[in-house]
Amino acid sequence: MTTTEELTLHTEPFVLNFGPVHPSTHGVFRMRCTLDGEVVLDIEPVFGYLHRGVEKLAEERTYTGFIPLTDRLDYISPMSNNLGYCLAVEKLAGIKVPERAEYIRVIMAELQRLANHCIAVGSMLNDAGAYYTPFMYAFREREKIIDLFDMVSGQRLTYNYMRIGGVSQDIPAEFLPALKKIISRLKKWVEEYEVLLKQNEILLARAKGVGILAKEIAVNCGISGPVARASGVKRDVRKDDPYSIYDRFQFDIPTGEAGDCYDRYRVRIEEMRQSLRILEQAVPQIPGGAVKADVPHLIRPPAGDAYAHIESPKGELGYYLVSDNSIAPYRCHVRPTSLINLTALREMVKGWKVADLILIFGSIDITMGEVDR
Amino acid sequence: MPAAAVAADWPGGYWWHWLFYSVAIIGFLLTMVMGAIYLERRGMGRMQSRLGPNRTGPFGLLQPVADAVKVLLKENIVPTAADKIVHFVAPIVAFAPVLMILAVLPIMNGAVLADLNIGILYIVAVSSIGTVGVFMAGWGSGNKYSLLGAMRNVAAVVSYEIPMVLAIVGVVLFAGSLTISDIIAKQDIPFILMQPLGFLLFFAAACAEINRSPFDLFEADQELVAGYMTEYSGMKFAMFYLVEYAEAIAMSAVITTIFLSGWRGPWLPPWLWFILKTFAVFFLMIWTRTTLPRVRIDQLMAFAWKFLFPLAIINLFVTAIQVLAWPDALPWFLIFINFAVMGVLVLIWSKFFRLGWGRVQV
Repeated sequence: MTTTEELTLHTEPFVLNFGPVHPSTHGVFRMRCTLDGEVVLDIEPVFGYLHRGVEKLAEERTYTGFIPLTDRLDYISPMSNNLGYCLAVEKLAGIKVPERAEYIRVIMAELQRLANHCIAVGSMLNDAGAYYTPFMYAFREREKIIDLFDMVSGQRLTYNYMRIGGVSQDIPAEFLPALKKIISRLKKWVEEYEVLLKQNEILLARAKGVGILAKEIAVNCGISGPVARASGVKRDVRKDDPYSIYDRFQFDIPTGEAGDCYDRYRVRIEEMRQSLRILEQAVPQIPGGAVKADVPHLIRPPAGDAYAHIESPKGELGYYLVSDNSIAPYRCHVRPTSLINLTALREMVKGWKVADLILIFGSIDITMGEVDR
Repeated sequence: MPAAAVAADWPGGYWWHWLFYSVAIIGFLLTMVMGAIYLERRGMGRMQSRLGPNRTGPFGLLQPVADAVKVLLKENIVPTAADKIVHFVAPIVAFAPVLMILAVLPIMNGAVLADLNIGILYIVAVSSIGTVGVFMAGWGSGNKYSLLGAMRNVAAVVSYEIPMVLAIVGVVLFAGSLTISDIIAKQDIPFILMQPLGFLLFFAAACAEINRSPFDLFEADQELVAGYMTEYSGMKFAMFYLVEYAEAIAMSAVITTIFLSGWRGPWLPPWLWFILKTFAVFFLMIWTRTTLPRVRIDQLMAFAWKFLFPLAIINLFVTAIQVLAWPDALPWFLIFINFAVMGVLVLIWSKFFRLGWGRVQV
């Protein structure tokens, strides 16, 4: 008699390396996957292929000299990295930033969030197998924002715009009119882009209920940003521990319920709306005056330590600095959002298929420069 | 005119007939593929809000030529772990069936290599041989990505063959013949109007069989790098690239023939009608590729078995009743009935059927 045991098709798991060089590992991430056919049994994340010892480099440079290296951490959103680091030094040295510079910083940080989310949602849809169309549309809008960054900093990738005590130079006269145009353009685009997901049956089938991250796991792993908020964790540094002048603006913290890929996408789209709301409030309020405090080039903060954190587009980004009253930090540590957000990846992908693995990984939105440092 | 009669009239008999048409088919296919590549790259460029190739020749028209020269000059790399013979033969095995399909499709009245009395059956049988080539490529490459891509291909082709054949049976019932020339002759009203659901089913199944979006899982660059083609370079890669476009052209030509009344049409020369209709169907494939994301393998299978298959059965049933009711000539008002049937069925079935599958228990 044939038993159930005999009828079961016995399969043998095999190991497949995704990355470090793979079109969808967002740089040089490696996932050592154990697969049973198409089913992901387990993964072992391996990173370090981009390691440059940035934190050690900080200790060999002056406080100001480290700013360009923060650009290279999360190269998708350098403005936020600049800001986080400058806030930490300012806290350590007790520097007061002029009012105008604070407004410019907020504008840049929110524009950076928009630019980052363009890539995040665009590449996530690309990971779902859309043939570059949403990606191209998202990049088209991102380019418009980059034009603004180009206007103020002369750069299109590593802006290096923030300075300790303010920003490197004032915004040009044509900046604000251009910004207003882009705000209205992006408002329309966000609406149009959201329709892509809401009315696309295949995308819904691919994203809804896929790669669920439970609220408890998100909290226990220290996940932050849109990934945590999609799981229902209502935490945002801009509200919980306001820095710069964020307490002056009205905005909401969008959250999801299911914690799946769909929610992560939706939260990012909603965050773009909120960023546009902040920009709309900031533009008419922007005061005149200096854009940089009178800070010497070689700063010697008093001995001690300081930690400053910001809500970067990817989540909580922190800089911890220890000073020994010399011109270089005694110790610098970055609390990288991407690395910590990756810690729950294994939980999220187990039991899903190869195609889901790529989508779930894409929905976390990481930059390997920040993971490896 | 039957093929045998045409061939006998040729000076030198059958051999000249075969030689002439074989060269013509290969020439026609290569020209169409170049046109298709150009159309796809420019069309997608426009849809994706970018330019597309526009530097080589006027309007970038020489881009396919430049691409061809480039791949011919590239190094041919065979991985150490590959089964060298299988790796070498695979692109040829994949290419042969495409030519075989075109052998029975008339470009204009009588212009056909072989007007078989089982023409449509032959197309169905031959079109799935390409899978052997793809599986050989996947297996022979000694690469896990390639193998996964090849396995997906086999799974998809085995499943999609069924709704594809069932969709064709509807056409065969209306035409009352398996011969391609008879099917074209019967299309005073194109069968796309008489069999709209059959067209949709066939189009979806054809896209799945020939690796076109949203069913392009065999290649799936975001997941499997390039799937079964990952380890191919130079000329052999070009062969696979050619196969992909040639298959798309061949399937567009089949759809043109059985649903869009083939070469028939007013004013323009018949061959031009055939080419225009083929490119129109191909454009539909470009459009879906640019618009839709990719389904997952289990969703692909579920779509075949839970959506296409039942609808194909119902479509066949409805068609059979219509043929029984009007055995001699099909009245024009069937167009409205069949469109209504399609609308209702697709709406109802999409309520029953959800693509989402869920987590696999491990």
